[in-house]
Amino acid sequence: MKFKEKWLSSDGWYRRGPILPAFIFLLVVTQIPFLFSIYYSLTSWKANQVRIPREFIGIQNYIDLFDDRFFKSAAWISITMTVSAVLLSILLGIIFALLLDRKFFGQGIVRTLIITPFLVMPVVAALVWKNQFLGANFGILNWLLELFGFDTIEFASKQPFWSIVAVLVWQWTPFMMLIILAGLQSQSDSVLEAAKVDGANKRSTFFQITLPHLRPYLELGVLLGVIYLSQVFDHISVIRVSSKSKNVPYYVFERSIGGGWEFGQASAYSIVVVIASIIIATFGLRVLSGLIADNEGA
Amino acid sequence: MKKFLLSLSTWVLAILFFFPVFWMFLNSFKTDFDASTDPKLFFSPTLEQFREVIDSKFWEAFASSFFIVIVSTIIVMLLAVPAAYALSIKPIPKWRDMLFFFISTKFLPIVAGILPIYILADALSLLNSRTVLIILYTAMNLPLAVWMLNSFFREVPKELIEAARIDGASIRSQITSVILPIVAPGLAATALLCFIFAWNEFFFALQLNVNDYQTVPIWVKGAVDERGNFIAELSAASTLATMPVIIAGWFAQKKMIRGLSMGAIK
Repeated sequence: MKFKEKWLSSDGWYRRGPILPAFIFLLVVTQIPFLFSIYYSLTSWKANQVRIPREFIGIQNYIDLFDDRFFKSAAWISITMTVSAVLLSILLGIIFALLLDRKFFGQGIVRTLIITPFLVMPVVAALVWKNQFLGANFGILNWLLELFGFDTIEFASKQPFWSIVAVLVWQWTPFMMLIILAGLQSQSDSVLEAAKVDGANKRSTFFQITLPHLRPYLELGVLLGVIYLSQVFDHISVIRVSSKSKNVPYYVFERSIGGGWEFGQASAYSIVVVIASIIIATFGLRVLSGLIADNEGA
Repeated sequence: MKKFLLSLSTWVLAILFFFPVFWMFLNSFKTDFDASTDPKLFFSPTLEQFREVIDSKFWEAFASSFFIVIVSTIIVMLLAVPAAYALSIKPIPKWRDMLFFFISTKFLPIVAGILPIYILADALSLLNSRTVLIILYTAMNLPLAVWMLNSFFREVPKELIEAARIDGASIRSQITSVILPIVAPGLAATALLCFIFAWNEFFFALQLNVNDYQTVPIWVKGAVDERGNFIAELSAASTLATMPVIIAGWFAQKKMIRGLSMGAIK
């Protein structure tokens, strides 16, 4: 074996080279801001009050955080909003995927119609729903309510939380459906055939064979759903900002560059969010590593 | 008969689900009067709203968005392709940990980073520039692109690369004549998904870039929403803002989801 070849096949920098630009870029852009955040969170920095000196105050911001009922409410809304949106879109996604996993006239067109909401710009989706569906003046839902003799409801202000969840579910159901559909279509026909021969009915086939087979796909859907839906901002800012709809990202924004300018305090909030995310991520990555390991074994 | 009913209900559900998009499209051809009275399916269509939108600053926003999104997508691909190559075709030791690092950055809440990014951008006079959004959109999409490309590269049969190597093909020609033709559709789907996410992005654009080089989502919200109930004009603007991405997504739907799920699941 020639020397050069040996060097190439060794675990040298030659192999790592191609990954370094991406790695370093991501390290700099995503990790360095957090180091700054940690430092800011230990200071009394209020950007709109020049006269108040920016001092090192230790963990005071973190102590204040526990007395902040607004933060607690935002944290609760973050959790409930993410959980309801992810669960509902997975449920609807399963229903759509099962309906689409058959041969019928216009299958491709139906799939295309269903995935469209996922492609719509979130700001536009929120605006269209707010004005043209939920609104009391021009909204179709209210027009229907009136048609059947009910009073109109300004959904966005009366039910801000569920109005937002409805739009999120509308946008994320297609995504979940596509992942679940990929799972259904990877199911081997022979297994389903065998179940049929053994006299299993459709219901027990679904719960005992299909659902376990779908598990990794559902886990992937939950994982990606949680990543994106826990960070919702656009829909809230368009549909309705109220104490019933403000999640943590929105609250931190509001306390800092959204008008509060309390950089020290807001940084403490964001660090707490990071810690919570690390806990969720550890769990999520374990799921993920299960997925990759399974793949490797196959 | 039962089959027919099932198909019919699938169609009905799909049409209901699609209806908001259809309604937005329809309203964009109405006059403001038609759009803000009782919902109607039949009316005399007008292009008046599109004319209004096109005469406004919409095209400036469209051009800024297009520039920012295209440049960031190109950078993402330039960084992600070699990275995915080193994760899949010639895997580095501990490639799994490396892949985890890329994905784990997506778990970090954006809001937690925005403050230092804002302060840093301000210090470097990058606020209200295109550069700051290009950098952030690249960072936002890079993990996803690495994840997807890794799965597409893994589908390339190792024997093919081996055969080319034995025939004396250099690494460069192994890449250009064996690997690239196979992964080309995957590359296109990945670039499209990055394009979609960057095109639709609102949070960073709102925080860092509201004055000069406004992007489309900011323009839609600012120019139309805050002026009150211009339903018809809002619909026209929304239609123009969403169409590029919707059409691109229709073409790439199958590939995109395969790239997203294959990395985890075979």
